[in-house]
Amino acid sequence: MILRRPFFWIILLVAAGFIYAPLHGNNVSLREDLILIAIAIILASNLNLMIGYTGYVNFGHIVFYGLGGYVGLYLTTMRGWNLVLSALVAGAVVSFCAFLFGLAILRLRGAYFALATIGILQAVQAFVSNFDPWGRSTGMYLSFESYRPLGGARHALWITYYLIVAVMALSMIVSLTIKNSKFGLGLFAIREDEDAAVVLGVNATVYKAIVYSVSAFLPAVAGALMFFKNGMIDPSIAFEYMLSLEGIVMLMLGGQGSVIGAALGGALYEKLRSYLLTSPVLSNFHLVIAGGLLLLVVLFAPGGLIGWLYRLVPRARKVIE
Amino acid sequence: MNTLLEVRGVSKRFGGLVAVSDVSFSINEGEILGLIGPNGAGKTTLFNVVNGVYKADQGAITFAGKDITRCSPDQVVHLGLARTHQIVKPLNDLTVLDNVTVGACFGREYLDKTEARKVAAEVLQQVGLGDRVDMLARSLTIAGKKRLEVARALAAKPKLLLLDEVLAGLNPTEVATMIELVRKIRDSGISVLMIEHLMQAIMSLSDRIVVLNLGRKLAEGKPDEVVHNSAVVEAYLGFPDAVHKMTLAGKLTWRK
Repeated sequence: MILRRPFFWIILLVAAGFIYAPLHGNNVSLREDLILIAIAIILASNLNLMIGYTGYVNFGHIVFYGLGGYVGLYLTTMRGWNLVLSALVAGAVVSFCAFLFGLAILRLRGAYFALATIGILQAVQAFVSNFDPWGRSTGMYLSFESYRPLGGARHALWITYYLIVAVMALSMIVSLTIKNSKFGLGLFAIREDEDAAVVLGVNATVYKAIVYSVSAFLPAVAGALMFFKNGMIDPSIAFEYMLSLEGIVMLMLGGQGSVIGAALGGALYEKLRSYLLTSPVLSNFHLVIAGGLLLLVVLFAPGGLIGWLYRLVPRARKVIE
Repeated sequence: MNTLLEVRGVSKRFGGLVAVSDVSFSINEGEILGLIGPNGAGKTTLFNVVNGVYKADQGAITFAGKDITRCSPDQVVHLGLARTHQIVKPLNDLTVLDNVTVGACFGREYLDKTEARKVAAEVLQQVGLGDRVDMLARSLTIAGKKRLEVARALAAKPKLLLLDEVLAGLNPTEVATMIELVRKIRDSGISVLMIEHLMQAIMSLSDRIVVLNLGRKLAEGKPDEVVHNSAVVEAYLGFPDAVHKMTLAGKLTWRK
């Protein structure tokens, strides 16, 4: 049972902290920091399902976030739907698309799969850039009207923030649940040796398509919320290739395959990035440092922070998920 | 006795190479059938065709009354046909227990994880890995990994077990315990089809033997019929009266 897992309660505690901290003194700038961290955790956690659990490196994970943003913003702005419903529908639509993409490209393995994920990102971006209803390359803007049902802009931003924190908690809970389930065991078997997994009875084709589609759902919901909060979307910010790569750095940094590792990596990397971006000296170098960091992790601690801990204290494997 | 597996006229080609050509045989319930032949005879390919890793180009395979010719490996396991690999394929970063739990989870009974763990623990005890459950599979010795292969296949609760060279690379003591294990498996009601190069072992274990050479079935019969079959001797040793001469010289004894 998930309720008996200590990490389930830790996740809830962290989420509570995220909600309480900025509320205290109406600290909007802290809220904006935390929202970026929450998004990083959401992306890293869901990417972990593919890379850490199943062993399939997805370079185009950000496509789900961007597409979710587009579908969500389209529904709220053009159709006047309510935010929560739009975000959920965005998640479902993107998840379904991912399932179809997955059936097509998941027969590829290793580097070929990784290349195909880049292909999907490029193809979707090219499609959206030429798609009239979504404003082609200029994108879409949210009309101020859309904030009204939520009690005006100020209120709407807070509500969106709470929803994003909820999605963050949910991402980690989903990771935790899958990790301890039979489904998760099947994924681990695929990661370790796909041929052996199939011979042992795991239906790898279906499992991979399902996990690919699951890993798309919450990022898409988060995208819908985030771009609603930002009030605008265009292809270059929705499908920011850099963010896709940084997702991988976060995961490697924290420790792929671990629920806590993915979240920790996401939070730490986001902290570091915002520090570098705002620092007057280093702001132009943040990608150089990210690249260097990735190199160091891959060379000296291939399992990331958590992997390093596992090696130091083998018993931690059983305790820290 | 009931026929459990029937292979009829199966062929498998890779481009111009005919790896298995028009092979037919059957296994009865409760039987150990040995599959022997020189290197490159097509034994492992035949295994791969039977459990669905490769699709047969011709012929049909029936298992427990069902046509499995077009089934994928995971479907075949659900029907109760499990196998081991000649080149071991441990799930390295999972514990020994988890490795076997995968077998139990996705095997014939499709158990949920809690029950699968219990089955896995029992099977590990049975194959003699009971004290290694929490180790990572990567850190097992080669003999341990071979046992792990057998344990994973057994955890699937199969009706028929395909063993692909489980004795290769083991030292004499390990061979003896593995042979004992195979006997126990058969006694528990599981039929076995095994590939083996270790003649003494397979001669003493098998009820019947099928000999392959260059993808074709060369002979079939009881162990001592097969060793005295001149076509078999020629395939292995190159000249037909070798066995006769060696038996006379007292160099060849097949019986225990």
